[in-house]
Amino acid sequence: MTDLIEMSGICKAFAGVVALQDAQLHLKPGEVHAVIGQNGAGKSTLIKILTGVYRKDSGSVKINGSETGISTPREAQDAGIATIYQELSLVPLRSVTENVMMGYEPRTKLGLIDWQRAHLQAEKTLKRFGVDIDVRAQLGTYSTAIQQLVAIARAASMKAQVVIMDEATSSLDDQEIDILFRVVRELKKQGVAILYISHFLDELYQICDRVTIMRDGQTVGQHVVSETTKLGLISEMLGRDPEEIEAAGMTGLGGEKRNQPGEVLLEADEISTGHGLKDVTVSVRKGEIVGLGGLLGAGRTEVARALFGLDALRKGKITHRDGPDRISNPAHAIEAGIGFLTEDRKREGIIPHMSVRENMTLALLPRLRKFGGVDRKREQELVGSFICSLGIKTASMEQPIRELSGGNQQKVLLARWLALDPRLLILDEPTRGVDVGAKFEIQSIIRDYVEKGLGVLLISSEFEELVEGADRIVVLQDGHSVTELENPGVTEERLIAAIAHHYERGAA
Amino acid sequence: MTPENKQTLNTSGTSGTRLQFDWSWVSNNGGVIALIVILAFNVIVTPNFLNPQTLFVNISQVATIAIVAVGMTLVIATGGIDLSVGAVMALAGAMAPLIFTSPFAEANPQIGLVLSIVVPVLVALLCGAFNGFMVSYLNVQPIVATLIFFISGRGIALVLTNGNLQTFTNPEFSYLGTGKILGFPFQGYLVLLIAVVVWWVVNQTVFGRQLLAVGGNEKAARLSGVPVKRVKIGAYVICAGLSGMAGLIVVAINSASDAARIGNLMELDAIAAAVVGGALLQGGKAPIFGAILGAVIIQLVKYTLLANGVADEVALIAKAGIIVTAVYLQQARKE
Amino acid sequence: MLDTSAFDLRRYLQGSTHSIGVWIALVILILFGLLRYENFGGAYNISSFLNYNAMFIVISVGMCFVILTGGIDLSVGSVAAFTSVVAAYLSPYGIQIALPGAVAAGLAIGGLNAFFVVAMRIPPFIATLATMLGAKGGALVISGAQTISIDWESNFTKMGLEKAFGVLPWTIVITFVLVVALWIVLEKTSLGRTVLAVGGGEDASIMMGLSVTKAKIFVYTLSGGCAGLAGVFLASGFGAGQPLEGVGWELSAIASVVVGGTLLTGGLGSVPATVAGALLLGLVFNILNFENGRGVISLSAYWQMVIRGAFLFVVIVFQSRVASSSKEGTV
Repeated sequence: MTDLIEMSGICKAFAGVVALQDAQLHLKPGEVHAVIGQNGAGKSTLIKILTGVYRKDSGSVKINGSETGISTPREAQDAGIATIYQELSLVPLRSVTENVMMGYEPRTKLGLIDWQRAHLQAEKTLKRFGVDIDVRAQLGTYSTAIQQLVAIARAASMKAQVVIMDEATSSLDDQEIDILFRVVRELKKQGVAILYISHFLDELYQICDRVTIMRDGQTVGQHVVSETTKLGLISEMLGRDPEEIEAAGMTGLGGEKRNQPGEVLLEADEISTGHGLKDVTVSVRKGEIVGLGGLLGAGRTEVARALFGLDALRKGKITHRDGPDRISNPAHAIEAGIGFLTEDRKREGIIPHMSVRENMTLALLPRLRKFGGVDRKREQELVGSFICSLGIKTASMEQPIRELSGGNQQKVLLARWLALDPRLLILDEPTRGVDVGAKFEIQSIIRDYVEKGLGVLLISSEFEELVEGADRIVVLQDGHSVTELENPGVTEERLIAAIAHHYERGAA
Repeated sequence: MTPENKQTLNTSGTSGTRLQFDWSWVSNNGGVIALIVILAFNVIVTPNFLNPQTLFVNISQVATIAIVAVGMTLVIATGGIDLSVGAVMALAGAMAPLIFTSPFAEANPQIGLVLSIVVPVLVALLCGAFNGFMVSYLNVQPIVATLIFFISGRGIALVLTNGNLQTFTNPEFSYLGTGKILGFPFQGYLVLLIAVVVWWVVNQTVFGRQLLAVGGNEKAARLSGVPVKRVKIGAYVICAGLSGMAGLIVVAINSASDAARIGNLMELDAIAAAVVGGALLQGGKAPIFGAILGAVIIQLVKYTLLANGVADEVALIAKAGIIVTAVYLQQARKE
Repeated sequence: MLDTSAFDLRRYLQGSTHSIGVWIALVILILFGLLRYENFGGAYNISSFLNYNAMFIVISVGMCFVILTGGIDLSVGSVAAFTSVVAAYLSPYGIQIALPGAVAAGLAIGGLNAFFVVAMRIPPFIATLATMLGAKGGALVISGAQTISIDWESNFTKMGLEKAFGVLPWTIVITFVLVVALWIVLEKTSLGRTVLAVGGGEDASIMMGLSVTKAKIFVYTLSGGCAGLAGVFLASGFGAGQPLEGVGWELSAIASVVVGGTLLTGGLGSVPATVAGALLLGLVFNILNFENGRGVISLSAYWQMVIRGAFLFVVIVFQSRVASSSKEGTV
């Protein structure tokens, strides 16, 4: 069978720096094909060359065996390639219909858009995927999952031969992922090829037929998924021996010795907020890691926001040891010794123009005040010592943070909070989007500080991280705290069971 | 741009540019180069350019633009813009003569003089607080929020003076505009003093750092405990206060106050000076001395054209050219 | 099952709350005027009111398109001044030459804005600031800073005076036709929808394969053309090309657009609501004039500026509350 898409010998450099070198991709009709690799391996660049966002420097792209020169997203669409990007490529302010039909609207005899027919068509297309919504409403008023399905509906309505899904599941919960997978299988049945890019290896085994592995801008492997092992894939992605990885353990959170937890630092008693929390009870003691488990949308980040004074309480009470009675904004929380490492590094973490030094001391600034100015000397000493102790790879402390890799940016942000000498640190997905090496280092740093008495509230979508790292795991569901698991004794299976069990009960 | 290519771009700064002429040097130092070119041109072409009188005229002309541009730079650093500066100048400028020509001030000239400076500046600060409140508490876009005073500020000034031109003789007050220290105009020193103080505030204080953080990434700044609302209000208040001062200087220079004309189109000059000086419109940068440099360039271009017999109107077109060029270079540097 | 039941009344209202305020305010002001002043509803007042405000309506609608893409056009006032001079110079050749000539001049300057924004990637705020200064300088240069009287022998002056088909002045008819045409363009053509999509998310629009470049060139050129037409109205209304006019018009236009409920960040807004916004701001003046005419209070023109600012304040506060409450309902 000829390949539907055949990319070979693709090279691409940005301002002299090589992003892709002799990269390959072979996609057959009607298959679900995964592309995996670490951040910076060149997955996105390869995809964006295929979709006409970037231009290749050399190499060939063949569709159905004939050479093509796609140079704009529009040309890619007309060639039957539809893309669903990680950051949704839709317009939330406009209606669902517009988002499905944009650029391909049905016309009346006068050449004007026939909205009546457009709405009907959009409705029909969405119904095929089991989505029955008011297509006249603004897209932005629906959940991310629906938006994702709208994006797929758009691809389907354009009769795409290839649908590219770039991290499509990263913001969906399990149920929503199920629906998405159902749609993927449906598309596959119709002979559509799907290019699936994901960080989650488990998903590969669920729906993918073949997998292409990329590393450092090159294609290093192509396999039939059923013939691979998870460990094998990881070792190929990293370019390291499987045994080496296995020996090191999956995460750096599982410390040798565990502390006897100290006194209670913070206690949230049946708190509710206007953002979906209902009667959540959680407490953190000195020197322990408390994990928040649950599906996306269960209210994990919302708990963090409430504790950090971002969302006002409607009910319940938060008690701090030696702290103020009420925390109503981040500045209060910081004063009370609480830090909050947010999930979205780019949007809620770094100040891109500013240097590593300025980023690191941002929260600490009020304490560095001296004679009305900032105490530069102390600032530099402090930053220097953190760069050293956390192993932050930067040319100097004056280098703009945007030039650092994701893992190093994350370490700077972690240092921003550690520098405050906090009693309690809330970590929301601290290792997301960070490569495996840095991930391990970050986990070890956290463990070190916990051993010295820091209390940590850990939110993570990776069960391994929670199971190995947390002393206790509070399981959340639909904004309620439903149960608490205690280590030692927690296994991934038990955690999943806890989430699933209560879920069924909650739904019944 | 994806994170991937951002990183690759940044590590490439030095490698790919060896063969071609290094344009980044030109765009990084565009302001200084422009200044040197203009000065050289004037020394050769403009008659009497090196005469001290020329220098004084230019200093007193540039002072008001420079002062307002410094304030504007702070607002732009938060990612905002302040269209009301000209109107605030008019308001402050209209109030001063009203105060020192009032019967009370005639009776107590010293107090009257102090009040005629303090009260207008205080009113200007209030205008700034209003702008800042609208932007930070009501989440109104800065262009719209400051549009309110742009329209009504000058209206209030005109209502106060009934639209009349107020002329006066008050040597003490006029010192603001015509005084000299060691032979140089007083306002030249004032500009330098303001610039140094504001530079210090931006680069050495907690407020300054927080200001740049708010402009760089507002969400991240809030989550790091930066009092975003207060910082923004601070920027608008300082900008308005400086505008008020500039309004007083204009009135002092002319020994007359015409509410309809003080600070007319000043918002444009100030924005242009800030941008020529290297301020990024999306925020996060506050080059204070850059703003002064920008103001000097704009003033010198105006002067050069006038001194060489080019009509005022054409100077406007030249100003347009400068703005486009400056921002184009800024844009090119970013990419 | 997925949460597909998200339709509710609040969502339905949200789509219209952005502009509903302006219609209510407009109706209230009109009722107030009708009840309070005898001649308010008279043919003369209506006709002269619309005749005078036609130029503001035209530039506001052009501005609306620019703002819908997330941009801004500060040059409209200067462009109108410039084209009013162009129209005055061309007036001896008659309206059939002067009107297209002046509009073409406006389109050309708008095209220059588009070039700056699209090709040179200069932020719209700065690009149009530059053309604002440039057009102002240009107007002063070609006119020698004098008003240029139009040729009274020609048919140019008839525009604002003579009635088309014996009903309404040409100015109003032309404005009406233009507004309806642009309304259809925005709502019913893919170009118009692209304009909205660009403002709602530029990157997303590119990914969807829409021509962002075309949409931007269109809006800036259109806004220039609208300003050009406003210049023709200005010249015919005042009987002369007015190189010094147009100061602050861009802000009035922005105010009309914002009052009409269009988001300054783009992506959401409408043509009729913008017209309503322009009428509303004009009505405030009209009513003040009537109030002065009654002789009970006498407010100078200066007060009108203050009141206009205060009025803008009220509308903005109202809008920001509506916006924040509707946001709360959806996040």
